[in-house]
Amino acid sequence: MSVMEQDSAGAPARASLMNDPKVRSIFYQLVLVVAVVALGYFIVSNTITNLERQNIASGWGFLENTAGFGTNQSLVEYSETSSYGRALYVGFLNTLLVAAVGIFFATLLGFIIGIARLSNNWVINRLAYCYVELVRNIPLLLQIFFWYFAVLRAIPGKREKWSIFDTFHLNIGGMRLPKPIWEPGSEWVGYALIIGIIASYFVSRWARKRQENTGQQFPVFWSAMGLIVGIPIITYFVTGMPMTLEHPNFVESGPILRQGFELNVGINVIPEFLALTAALSIYTASFIAEIVRAGIQAVSHGQTEAAHALGLRNGPTLRLVIIPQAMRVIIPPLTSQYLNLTKNSSLAVAIAYPDLVSMGGTVLNQTGQAIEIIGIWMAVYLSLSLITSAFMNWYNQRMALVER
Amino acid sequence: MSSTNLFHIRTEEAPHMAAPISTTGIIGWMRQNLFSSISNTVLTIIGILLAYWLIAPLVQFALIDAVWTGQNRDACLPQDGGHSGACWAYVKAYFPQFIYGRYPSEEVWRVNIVYALFLLLLVPLAIPSAPFKRLNAILFLIVFPIIAYYLLTGLVIGDWVVLPIVETAVWGGLLVTLVIAVTGIVASLPLGIALALGRRSKMPIIRTISIVFIEFWRGVPLITVLFMSSVMLPLFLPEGVTFDKLLRVLIGVTLFSAAYMAEVVRGGLQAIPKGQYEGAMALGLRFWPMMYLIVLPQALKLVIPGIVNTFIGLFKDTTLVLIVGMFDLLGQIQSSFTDPTWSTPSQGHTGYLFAAMVFWCFCFGMSRYSIFMENKLHTGHKR
Repeated sequence: MSVMEQDSAGAPARASLMNDPKVRSIFYQLVLVVAVVALGYFIVSNTITNLERQNIASGWGFLENTAGFGTNQSLVEYSETSSYGRALYVGFLNTLLVAAVGIFFATLLGFIIGIARLSNNWVINRLAYCYVELVRNIPLLLQIFFWYFAVLRAIPGKREKWSIFDTFHLNIGGMRLPKPIWEPGSEWVGYALIIGIIASYFVSRWARKRQENTGQQFPVFWSAMGLIVGIPIITYFVTGMPMTLEHPNFVESGPILRQGFELNVGINVIPEFLALTAALSIYTASFIAEIVRAGIQAVSHGQTEAAHALGLRNGPTLRLVIIPQAMRVIIPPLTSQYLNLTKNSSLAVAIAYPDLVSMGGTVLNQTGQAIEIIGIWMAVYLSLSLITSAFMNWYNQRMALVER
Repeated sequence: MSSTNLFHIRTEEAPHMAAPISTTGIIGWMRQNLFSSISNTVLTIIGILLAYWLIAPLVQFALIDAVWTGQNRDACLPQDGGHSGACWAYVKAYFPQFIYGRYPSEEVWRVNIVYALFLLLLVPLAIPSAPFKRLNAILFLIVFPIIAYYLLTGLVIGDWVVLPIVETAVWGGLLVTLVIAVTGIVASLPLGIALALGRRSKMPIIRTISIVFIEFWRGVPLITVLFMSSVMLPLFLPEGVTFDKLLRVLIGVTLFSAAYMAEVVRGGLQAIPKGQYEGAMALGLRFWPMMYLIVLPQALKLVIPGIVNTFIGLFKDTTLVLIVGMFDLLGQIQSSFTDPTWSTPSQGHTGYLFAAMVFWCFCFGMSRYSIFMENKLHTGHKR
């Protein structure tokens, strides 16, 4: 007691420097910084010595050298004489392509399965449940192998084909589609599309304003569809149909080696792409389905009842009350699933689909520039994920409940 | 005088009548759930057809047409041009390889002991009502890894060979899968806790370093991490220091899963009410005793389902090590396809089906457990 009385009477007790939280925190942080810097120095100096010993010149110069290997899918001009940098660029574009197509199908399938999971129909409900539990508990790599080595082996060989409407063809060489050939004048169709999009934006703005003022509704969706689809179609016919389709050419007679699809006619979707897209979208769809289900279930039943009490029918209730609230729950995990899909597309290397990791792996084997290649990989995927999380933060801020 | 009573008053209850047959029992259930409207009926029929179309070939392949016994590929070859079923005889012949890899057969008992110990310690740890949780956890997280390490790799003291050395290069199959997944999770737990605490710390530098570490590892695909650990790690070390390939992969996997673990633990830390921290500080506890005695026991209990889910993810992701040339279960199965003794058209399908079944059983079991724990832990908060 006496100690305390003394303290309160005199100047505030000075704790020893060691017990001052501020000093301690600065000390700990200094220790951590020193440890991190020391570790960094250790790694960098070792790496430099090791590289010197192995005669590997570090640096980005190798990106200019001739690659000397080809690829079976590239979205831009690429040949064996292109540079390593070009090869990596081709791989990057292929990653984006498989990710975009995979995301599209995964979303479609995921929403269907997720809604089916909530169906009152017992058969549909159970089927969706089995799909989710079966697919998400099997490793993705195994599924990729399954589609590539098991399923795609069962389709016709090079000299045969399966066709749908005589337009889409499938055989072991991949899928063949008609290729649109754009002739001069077709750029007007593109401009028309842009005009349609801009016009429909203004229509929807005008319609919203009118509804706020007068309460009258305007069929925004159908008019926008009309503008976006209609204007380009009209332009297409007005400009004299400046586009033709180049159908794949299937040679059925002649020498046996010449039979099959003619090279470079039509679009060829390589089997690696098909297998990878199928596996990625089916796998990710099972996660998206669960997200969708949880999102819809998160909207309390009182919302539906209140909407019905206000006189809304089932359709508008779903569209105007349930889905906007469910989307707020769905979008953040959904974007992280999209990101997962993009990162998982790196498994392409297992079936030699020429994505960023696969192309980079070839470059790595040829040049031995491990640090640079792995650095490029990590930088690309990291920036993709940082962009995604930046978008997510923006979205969360926009969508956050505005409370009183 | 007898008067005719016009009113009939029933003095006893009328006999209960059974509900209409169309609303009860199987028929009623079907009317309500399957055929309540035309669109529902159409959906039901489509669903049944779809299920039949998916399940029938699978049953045909895996059970009806399957070959259960045989010595080599002749048993599994399709008879007179027909379709061949699953070749389970091949799985049977390769089963030891799928479980142990190329671990020497006279030393396999060591692996069996590790498997048995693992189960013996894990099962009571997983059952919430089993006693001696703390002792059990210490045995499982600290003692077991040491014993398992010596049992699996071998033990030589001076010239005395207690257990012959077994190189990790001959390990394979389920053994490698489990070693990577379990080590990855167990080793990433302390690192993940430290990172989670660091991310919630008030010290700016510690927080920044934690955030950068976590976001870096979460932002890159595991495959690049594996490439990094197998190609770049040797460059980072002084000359002469070499790491075992398995160890390199383990380091990569641990760092990778530590970042995910940190986010899971952070979720648990955020769920602890502020009053717990304030109460602990009011009692005069310093940071570490507060964490160790008050906060972490509550937070870690809350995140058990999250940890299990991370483990499921990691367990599935261990298959990626086959890309850097190691033989986990899938890699072992994949490599067995090159054996001409069993080369048949159905070999690939059989192998993948077997792998899928094994992985599915593990993952589904764990996810059920995680749901069970979630329900058990959240009883108080459920609306």
